[in-house]
Amino acid sequence: MLKSMDYDWETGTRVVADLDQWRERHEWVEEPCIGADGAQAAAVCKVEGEDSFTVATTDGDWPTPFEKIWNLRHAPDGRLTALVQVDGLWTLAVDGEPWEESFDFAWNPLFGQDGGQIGLCVQVEGEYGLAVDGTPWETLYPNANNPVMSPTGGRTAAAVQTVPLGQAEIDKFQSGIFSASVDGETWDATFMNVWGLAFSPDGARTAAEVRLNLYEYSVAVDGKPWRKSFGGVWEPVFSPDGRRVAAPVRLAGKWTLAVDGERAWNTDYYQLWHQVFTPDGKRIAAIVSPSFGKWTVAVDDKPWEIAHAVVRDLTVSPDGKRFAAVAGSPGAWTMLVDGQPWNASFERLWAPVFSPDGRRVAAMAETDGRRVIVLGGAALDMGAADSLDPVFSPDGSRLLVKCLDGRKVIRHVLNLDAVKPA
Amino acid sequence: MSSQPYELVKDKGLDEGVARLTPEKIAKVVGAVLESEGGARLKAYVDTCAHCGLCAEACHFFHSHDRDPRYAPVAKVKQTLWGILDKGGAVSPDYIARASRVAYTECNLCKRCAMYCPFGIDIAYVVGLMRRICHKLGVTPQYIQDTAHSHSATMNQMWVKDDEWIDSLMWQEAEARDEVADLRIPLEKHGAEIMYSVIGPEPKFRTQLIYQAAVIMHAAGVDWTMPATPGWDNSDMAMYSGDYEIMGRLKRSHFECAQRLGVKRIVMGECGHAFRSVHDVGNRWLGWRDEPVPVIHAVQFYHELITSGKIMIAKKFQEPVTFHDPCNIARGMGLHEMGREVARALCEEVVEMTPNREHNYCCSAGGGVINCGPPFRNTRVHGNKVKAEQLAATGVKTVIAPCHNCHGGLEDIIHHYKLDMKLKFLGDLIYECMEKPWN
Repeated sequence: MLKSMDYDWETGTRVVADLDQWRERHEWVEEPCIGADGAQAAAVCKVEGEDSFTVATTDGDWPTPFEKIWNLRHAPDGRLTALVQVDGLWTLAVDGEPWEESFDFAWNPLFGQDGGQIGLCVQVEGEYGLAVDGTPWETLYPNANNPVMSPTGGRTAAAVQTVPLGQAEIDKFQSGIFSASVDGETWDATFMNVWGLAFSPDGARTAAEVRLNLYEYSVAVDGKPWRKSFGGVWEPVFSPDGRRVAAPVRLAGKWTLAVDGERAWNTDYYQLWHQVFTPDGKRIAAIVSPSFGKWTVAVDDKPWEIAHAVVRDLTVSPDGKRFAAVAGSPGAWTMLVDGQPWNASFERLWAPVFSPDGRRVAAMAETDGRRVIVLGGAALDMGAADSLDPVFSPDGSRLLVKCLDGRKVIRHVLNLDAVKPA
Repeated sequence: MSSQPYELVKDKGLDEGVARLTPEKIAKVVGAVLESEGGARLKAYVDTCAHCGLCAEACHFFHSHDRDPRYAPVAKVKQTLWGILDKGGAVSPDYIARASRVAYTECNLCKRCAMYCPFGIDIAYVVGLMRRICHKLGVTPQYIQDTAHSHSATMNQMWVKDDEWIDSLMWQEAEARDEVADLRIPLEKHGAEIMYSVIGPEPKFRTQLIYQAAVIMHAAGVDWTMPATPGWDNSDMAMYSGDYEIMGRLKRSHFECAQRLGVKRIVMGECGHAFRSVHDVGNRWLGWRDEPVPVIHAVQFYHELITSGKIMIAKKFQEPVTFHDPCNIARGMGLHEMGREVARALCEEVVEMTPNREHNYCCSAGGGVINCGPPFRNTRVHGNKVKAEQLAATGVKTVIAPCHNCHGGLEDIIHHYKLDMKLKFLGDLIYECMEKPWN
């Protein structure tokens, strides 16, 4: 994995890529993709005069063009990946090298936290499953969706259709033709629907939302549903030690939080979702709607006092002591940090980024049509360029800001103790 | 009531569902739904209705069946929830057999009757609650139930698998590049201004609409994207089958897809019911008072592109046209004038049908009725003779209908009543008439 401690944290500014150069030699250049450390940039480019595409990078173009390229992304370990088509078949290219195996269709690359292994949704002759580093599951299915990769990488799972379904076969569907597959091994039980799969942090266990019949929902862990069923459930989440599973459940028309099938929170909410454990597993926070149209965050079932029309992107600090979420209404977004709003609002605002020590919160925002980095509510002045994706140094004293001005990709490292807001 | 016998159209979902019913089950389900979901709103409507019957004049089924009172909206309530309330839930399976057909296939939930009620009673809400009871009873027409299953399994209404969606977009991009060499259908472009969303039939049957949308976006220089994940489909037949839990799941998928992509707003294609679901029903079931990501209908988007000069009209459509107001965006959102302004910008002559705007007759496909499938085609078509008469009276040969369901319903009516007319979306006409700088 590309770790932030290994980034170049020397303060200063440097140009990472000159997009004009790429444009000079290519018919068109698509939106650039910038690596997490800001040291690499790349973009899909149409090869001049050819019906093919390549990827321009800071180290030059990929040597072999492809019929099609899309979904250019850096893996967590810094490798550059893209979905590519060769002779009408699809595969994943990593740093320009396609996997040996190709598929009738391939999409949705999945990465573990360290990026060591890469999963991919694949379709072969009308059957579906996942492939890891090019190797597809031994068992493929009439359909597979809701894919997920274990945090440690290597293990993959998806909701799978276990038997084919004809037109409008409603009885067959309701008899339960969906299950989950982990590394191509189908759970013993089948359900009407399976969604929202999750791996435990060590990848050993799997949980999913299941629909038992038209009306009853539950959470299944390793194929076994909780003893209780509910009027609805949302995605389960494992505790950091992998021993508990928490999921929102609907009881008598209201939502609350259940852990291991038992009601864990006392309050009935109009809505509850996106629950997160703190890294020590001692606390749980979730986005909640205490009453219709009002949204906030609840930590251990205690809602913050401030409510907004929308709350999203709930994030817990790495030290587990603080919580932040984007809140507001379309066009006027602010950040709630431990229940307190920033003294500013923005046209767009992206997910909060905590410094490793939890002291600082930054986020990408849009104001007056420009992308800026906001630190603790104040926008940083980075000149005319759009600022993207802030990253804190391990000690939280410096901030890496990647900028794009339409012609160049620029990398800034700021000393936060000296920085002045715009 | 009419002297004509009421024929129970055969339907696997309804017939087998009714066969499984017992009076006890009916009483239990009805009691549970009315207690938990039939609150003050239902009581106010029931207590307020004066049984005046003025709503009858609103209904296309009533007019199309020679003013048969059985098809008056108040009579539909009488045959469904009213009877249940009168008897405290003690109705027979046969009653549910009849009520389910009325609720699912003889009412388009078009809300025209709400405008004719002196008290503004929303009969569509009452009929919708009856559908909710039918869903809870397991008595749902086969084909709309299948569509709800598709929604639940794939998050789209046409059983489109994850790769088929992406493949369809790539196919349309490749097709369009024959015309516009540098055209893109941007997939998964994070931070784009707009997420463009469509309904399941677009990748499945009407892919030319995706092609046209891409050309329009390209010409207008719009910063847009389409998702490569479920959530791309804005449609919602679970809303109409009465499966509100799946409805909520769909709308969450749609809005969180847009939030994941970090777009400013969602532009949706020319669909009516989906607009109702994202703007009014599904979003609120989840707890949002409004839309968590602003959604605008294609009519609003086209109006914006044309009035801002981002799209220039090179030539006008020469034939006279008429403009059909889809219920969900006209009565439901007030887009009737905006729709006309777009139509007038594109066409030499727009001939009004009568009645029109918010008083327009429904296409008889909406409200999930067309999704009840082939068994009920004749129910729809015979229930909308008045629409055929309305269309024929315009004397034109082209009907603009900015809604997928309206296209489906009007196509059947045009065919059945042998009208010499063709249908177009506004997008068809924009594509046909706009200035294409690359030519």
